[in-house]
Amino acid sequence: MPVTKLKETTALIYADNAATTKISEEALNTYIKISKEEFGNPSSLYTVGQTAKEVLEQAREDVAEIINAEPREIIFTSGGSEADNQAIISAAKIGEKNGKKHIVSTAFEHHAVLHTLKKLESEGFEVTLLDVHENGIVSPEEVEKAIGNNTCLVTIMFANNEIGTIQPIKQIGAICREHNVLFHTDAVQAIGHLPIDVKEYNIDMMSASGHKFHGPKGTGFLYVKKGIKIANLIEGGAQEKGKRAGTENVPGIAAMAVALKAANGGIKEHTDSLKAKRDRLIEGLYEIPHSILNGDAERRLPGNVNFCFEGIEGESLLLLLDDKGVAASSGSACTSGSLDPSHVLLAIGRVHDVAHGSLRLSIEDDITDEDVEYIIRSVKEVVEYLRGFSPVWRDLASGKKQFIL
Amino acid sequence: MALYSEKVMDHFRNPRNVGVIEDADGVGEVGNAKCGDIMKMYLKIDDDIITDVKFETFGCGSAIASSSMATELIKGKPVDEALQLTNKAVAEALDGLPDYKMHCSVLAEEAIKNALDDYHSKQASKKE
Repeated sequence: MPVTKLKETTALIYADNAATTKISEEALNTYIKISKEEFGNPSSLYTVGQTAKEVLEQAREDVAEIINAEPREIIFTSGGSEADNQAIISAAKIGEKNGKKHIVSTAFEHHAVLHTLKKLESEGFEVTLLDVHENGIVSPEEVEKAIGNNTCLVTIMFANNEIGTIQPIKQIGAICREHNVLFHTDAVQAIGHLPIDVKEYNIDMMSASGHKFHGPKGTGFLYVKKGIKIANLIEGGAQEKGKRAGTENVPGIAAMAVALKAANGGIKEHTDSLKAKRDRLIEGLYEIPHSILNGDAERRLPGNVNFCFEGIEGESLLLLLDDKGVAASSGSACTSGSLDPSHVLLAIGRVHDVAHGSLRLSIEDDITDEDVEYIIRSVKEVVEYLRGFSPVWRDLASGKKQFIL
Repeated sequence: MALYSEKVMDHFRNPRNVGVIEDADGVGEVGNAKCGDIMKMYLKIDDDIITDVKFETFGCGSAIASSSMATELIKGKPVDEALQLTNKAVAEALDGLPDYKMHCSVLAEEAIKNALDDYHSKQASKKE
């Protein structure tokens, strides 16, 4: 009865790149080299300090160039969450000064955004969370309608971390510019995977995280358009123009810049074949009865697949896929330690019963067509096996209850 | 340390007593799909001894393992003894569960109690 335990080869198919990516050889080598050779403190006056400073500033230039920003508009942070916190809190402080205490966002932002907004709400801010509709895409018209005279910030993610849907950032940016409202975007899932031009898109602030594009963990940055007054989260020394205290993570930052260059440079080369693999996965998984793709089929990250399967629970699915050598993730409550399934799936209208049975595959172009077929076969086997002793499935299959999907 | 003990993974990968008893003497179902866990227990009882037990579970790894272990713990046991089964005993037999998964063992205990209640009420109605 139990499903076959291990795949024939012991090789791991890593399909959870939205959670984190493996550091690239190039980034790792940079990290090691800089750690050894440029160990100085960039704030020190002697040569070994100043050469470390040069490495730091070169990384800043490289990162800035990729997003069409100026080096002085980049603040290095510990990652995406810190960047999100700093951007939103800064905009709130500016707003408060001008008597504007309303923020527009969406219901399916990352918790780094949602929890920061919750905190601001408790401090008297009003927050509008826009609907993301069943396709997982915000409507620019609704953004415009939500903006009022007291709005100080619009914060909308570039691409969703669970369902991969890409938001109409350019249009939202234009609307914010027209209404003279600050626009922040959490681009953690997008940068390195989609081309981003902060000027063309009218982005005022943007968050990024190094480990989502094969850089090291604990690295990230916040782009802040010049002229916007940023508030400090960490007080101390004068690093990062006094906006982020603490000795700079020089090797991490240098490695992140190397990784971003490579990722951004590879977008053109990989996107088409990655999309083909993604679409084959979607096609293959749709052969499973009573299943549904979450999020728009076209306007989604080239490597993101997210499905719900009725009658099963996601954690069991993940554990059995792991036994077969496939690493994936789920929005099931059981995988998060909370009672509710993913807020993203609930936001696109999936009911609890269905949202518990979700699977996210986030692939990169290193997986082969054989891997894709292996994943499809494995998911089919595991879903069928779990449905085989699911009382929920029994009730659905026997007609005692109505299928939702 | 892994999320689950070897024993949990063993019962999750190779669940014991999976299935349905069509002419069960007692059936219990607990939990709901909204919360992500449903357990259904089927008991066959002869002379107050649980001669057979089967389960079906919709839920996470620890929910499946808890159901499996609970069925093992009551199989062949007198009804009175099965009624004494606690969630703690289920969790201990699995070499422990993570704190936030303890509710799975509670569900297993409740599913069995529920099935035994069903058995008792069926017995009572037979006598009437």
